[in-house]
Amino acid sequence: MSTIVETHDDHGHHGPAKGLTRWLYTTNHKDIGTLYLWFSFLMLFIGGAMAMVIRAELFEPGLQIVQPEFFNQMTTNHGLIMVFGVIMPAFVGLANWMIPMQIGAPDMALPRLNNLSFWLLPMAFGILISTLFMPAGGPNFGWTFYAPLSTTYAPDTVTFFIFSVHVMGASSILGSINIITTILNMRAPGMTLMKMPLFVWSWLITAYLLIAVMPVLAGTVTMMLMDIHFGTSFFDAAGGGDPVLFQHIFWFFGHPEVYIMILPAFGIVSHIIETFSRKPIFGYSSMVYALTSIAVLSFVVWAHHMFTVGMPLAGELFFMYSTMLIAIPTGVKVFNWVATMFRGSISFETPMLFAIAFVSLFTIGGFSGLMLAIVPADFQYHDTYFVVAHFHYVLVPGSLFGIIAGVYYWLPKWTGNMYDETLGKLHFWLSFFSVNLTFFPMHFVGLAGMPRRYPDYALQFADFNAIVSVGAFIFGFTQLLLLFIVIKSIRTGKKASDEVWEDTKDWGLEWTLDSPPPYHSFTVQPEVK
Amino acid sequence: MKDSKQTVKKLALLTVGMFAFAFLLVPIYDVFCEITGLNGKIEGPSTLSSVNIEEVDKREMLIQFVTHNNEAMPWTFTSEISQLRIKTGVQQSVMFVFENKTSEDMVGQVIPSVSPGRGAEYFHKTECFCFEQQKLLAGERVELPVVFIVDPNIPLDIGSLSLGYTLFDITDQLSENQIAAL
Amino acid sequence: MKSISRVTRKFIYALLFLAPTSVFSEASDYNMPVGVTEVSKEIFDLHMLIMWICVWIGVVVFGIMFYSLFKYRKSTGAKASKIDDHFWLEITWTVAATLILVGMAIPSTTVMIKAYDDREGDINIMVTGYQWKWQYKYLEDDISFFSNLSTSQEQIDNDIPKGEFYLSEVDEPLVIPINKRIRFLITGNDVIHSWWVPDFAVKQDAVPGFINTAWTNVPKPGIYRGACTELCGIKHAFMPVVVRAVEQEEYDAWVVEKIALAEAERLLNEKVWTKAELVERGEGVYLKNCVACHQTNGQGLPPVFPALVGSEIVMRDKTRNIEILMEGVRGAAMQSFANQLSEVDMASVITYTRQSWSNGKNGDGEIIIPQEIVDYKNKVDL
Repeated sequence: MSTIVETHDDHGHHGPAKGLTRWLYTTNHKDIGTLYLWFSFLMLFIGGAMAMVIRAELFEPGLQIVQPEFFNQMTTNHGLIMVFGVIMPAFVGLANWMIPMQIGAPDMALPRLNNLSFWLLPMAFGILISTLFMPAGGPNFGWTFYAPLSTTYAPDTVTFFIFSVHVMGASSILGSINIITTILNMRAPGMTLMKMPLFVWSWLITAYLLIAVMPVLAGTVTMMLMDIHFGTSFFDAAGGGDPVLFQHIFWFFGHPEVYIMILPAFGIVSHIIETFSRKPIFGYSSMVYALTSIAVLSFVVWAHHMFTVGMPLAGELFFMYSTMLIAIPTGVKVFNWVATMFRGSISFETPMLFAIAFVSLFTIGGFSGLMLAIVPADFQYHDTYFVVAHFHYVLVPGSLFGIIAGVYYWLPKWTGNMYDETLGKLHFWLSFFSVNLTFFPMHFVGLAGMPRRYPDYALQFADFNAIVSVGAFIFGFTQLLLLFIVIKSIRTGKKASDEVWEDTKDWGLEWTLDSPPPYHSFTVQPEVK
Repeated sequence: MKDSKQTVKKLALLTVGMFAFAFLLVPIYDVFCEITGLNGKIEGPSTLSSVNIEEVDKREMLIQFVTHNNEAMPWTFTSEISQLRIKTGVQQSVMFVFENKTSEDMVGQVIPSVSPGRGAEYFHKTECFCFEQQKLLAGERVELPVVFIVDPNIPLDIGSLSLGYTLFDITDQLSENQIAAL
Repeated sequence: MKSISRVTRKFIYALLFLAPTSVFSEASDYNMPVGVTEVSKEIFDLHMLIMWICVWIGVVVFGIMFYSLFKYRKSTGAKASKIDDHFWLEITWTVAATLILVGMAIPSTTVMIKAYDDREGDINIMVTGYQWKWQYKYLEDDISFFSNLSTSQEQIDNDIPKGEFYLSEVDEPLVIPINKRIRFLITGNDVIHSWWVPDFAVKQDAVPGFINTAWTNVPKPGIYRGACTELCGIKHAFMPVVVRAVEQEEYDAWVVEKIALAEAERLLNEKVWTKAELVERGEGVYLKNCVACHQTNGQGLPPVFPALVGSEIVMRDKTRNIEILMEGVRGAAMQSFANQLSEVDMASVITYTRQSWSNGKNGDGEIIIPQEIVDYKNKVDL
């Protein structure tokens, strides 16, 4: 397959256009994937800079660098940007690049829609970030924007925030429609659903989750908009509404959203582990069932985010049990990864290192998640740094490491050039060390009683906060190394073979293409046996 | 390759459906609250009266009344007593005082809440100022009752019921005509 | 700067907290406090139990993983097996995981039912969260007061050294008797707050318009410190909870004293006040209630919190000045203090703002006496 001859001439062009318009008007899945990935990389540095402001302020007790008002804007925007601007677009970027290549299609099913869904994103984030420079300041009510702090008590810029969330939502929904349509309709002959690569599976499920919950988020912010400007009282107790209703609707979106941010990483890591263990993924079908059950369960656990809101006993117990159930499919996935490594023939290239770190550190995040599910104990954990530690463990060494692993894994395929392995390993070890230095002590300060979203804290939390800040700075600056490695590989990396890694032909159709692959991936659909 | 149009249509429909579902969650939530007693919301006037309740199951319990002015509401709003030992199944009445000490005519709305929430369904009010908006002229003072009866079927492990009444200032949310009509 | 060795030692201790609980049960710098109540102790045990189960699962899973990574290195010539499925193995670990979870759910449910107890309380206290302070109202004794952060702004701004209880001290703590069933009725005034005392394992959201309940029974006298745990705006970190649990006799004495003080406060209205007295008292009131927004220097934090310095209203418009304090400003952050401050406190704090900074020189310099506030309250029409 590596020598596809382009015989179709109904395609008017066979290469990219030149200059800026190439990127503005592109409908090519690889170009759009690249745009998504660079966008998310840029946002990683913006959101990361906000994290640096937060950690600098928290380095010592007392207010040194920023005032609480700005601090709250930083925590809020850091959360929004990392969730909607980094993790999600990076996964969509990987989906754009890899799904057509993995299912043997020439491009995505709806290329023009694809262009639109990308270009909505810079608009959304342009609006969001611009609010920080307005006199009233940006959103300051936390990324979960609980009413009435985000309605009656919000700065005037909240309307821009709402609009920005609408645009982000539209982008995600359009992207998901495209992905599902591509997966369902454009698979190579012979590729049945149960023969699909796990990354494709994970994205199929993720895209369904997105379509199910992004409209609910849009509905939530629409209700806020109506409460703020049109005199309704969805969330205002004075008019017969209920602020707690906001939390229910928000988390009905929010919990599936949590899985949206991790499922594609499960897919990526599965591929990497099989490649570098030189052994097919253990329990493929149970992996697929696990993905599906996680997605289904994610709709009935939302209220575990609000155990202290005053729910009746029966409600608390229901959400505790349903949340604990999620540990089963998640556990099955971890067991399968370990079983894949068992009796393999393992080598430790950078993607594999990140994947191993993913499995171990994500599991730690899973453990703290299980602890948080235990309602009585959650009365103590809720809204403390223990929660911050938990979700950063699943999102940073979880989702983000999954993305980075995927980038290292597929970068040589995309660019045709290898990255610098020594620098890659350095990047890994620095990241691994600092990510733990940053987030592990957060468990301790949280248990000791430090609430989250605090710009200043009591003296007994000082030591751990200093450690956390040091770790965060190291982690933040280490990511500049990733930028350097990517640029270096694009410009001067040594040529990668078509297979890139050893015997990868067994692991997916993408490795049967040239490195770099042709502009239109598969103009002749391959046959899958 | 199959036809994408059908898939896209279905997915678009799902998107619209889920957007509508978000709004549907509001009434679903109310029904859910009613069933589970979540948040201790109380429905409108009840027709339960002491006459049609048998003597046997009656017991004593403590009812607490707490009043609170939300945010910038400057009225005085208090109950004549903060707690009262009652007998279940017997109708009771408690007076509340409202006084608008400002120089403007204002409209207030009282939002009731019962804790524990699962007790809400046993707490029946036959008369309450919280069923309607209250308009008080500048300087006006009124006393209004809550007339209630506690269903003797209330679970024994609920030792006391706490009634929270929060007074909100809704003057700005109403038009002048609406205020005049009150 | 702390010595590196101290930090390292602490870190090692923290890792050691995986050691048996009895050894480190006092080590609340890095673990959940055991607390003093029955419920808090049970929650602590539950927390340790669940954590230990997780640790052991982790040891087994990571053990197998790292063993595989080491044993089956390609560099040692390991050949990959081709086995990619094993039905019974999948069933076994699914069932094992389920059993472990059931084992966790049982004790959790037991503790949960215990924590949810709706019996009558001996003492009932209404707790109201305000931006940014707590109000405590004793239902039996008609006592009501606000509890404000007492850490000075200078400490927060690093101008003077920080005290031992930096950000966890208040001007007036909640006082409760020991060995009594205390029932809390919790609500919010403006946005959602959350009232948390770790040593009692009580954390309950304070939602405006709704009332939540929680209870505790403290067996040991002491001072217990907690915090607000729901983001409630700018001063979220600056509204701690402090509870003083005392013997019954001490509590009774406190109640008597508290009621007497309230009575004395009322009598203060009739006293003849001098400017100096009013300003002195006003400064205290200002530091307690106003600095959070209007700042010590009266400059506020525009645009949200306007400056008092140079304000025409503060300098010259007495009536409007009283009105704002009494009624708040609708749609802005300014609350109504009519139900929060006594007449004397209102008169003195207004006098203080009229006399302080440059306002004394530039304004009309008049004072306000408590009687004017009383008159205002009694006046129907202005």
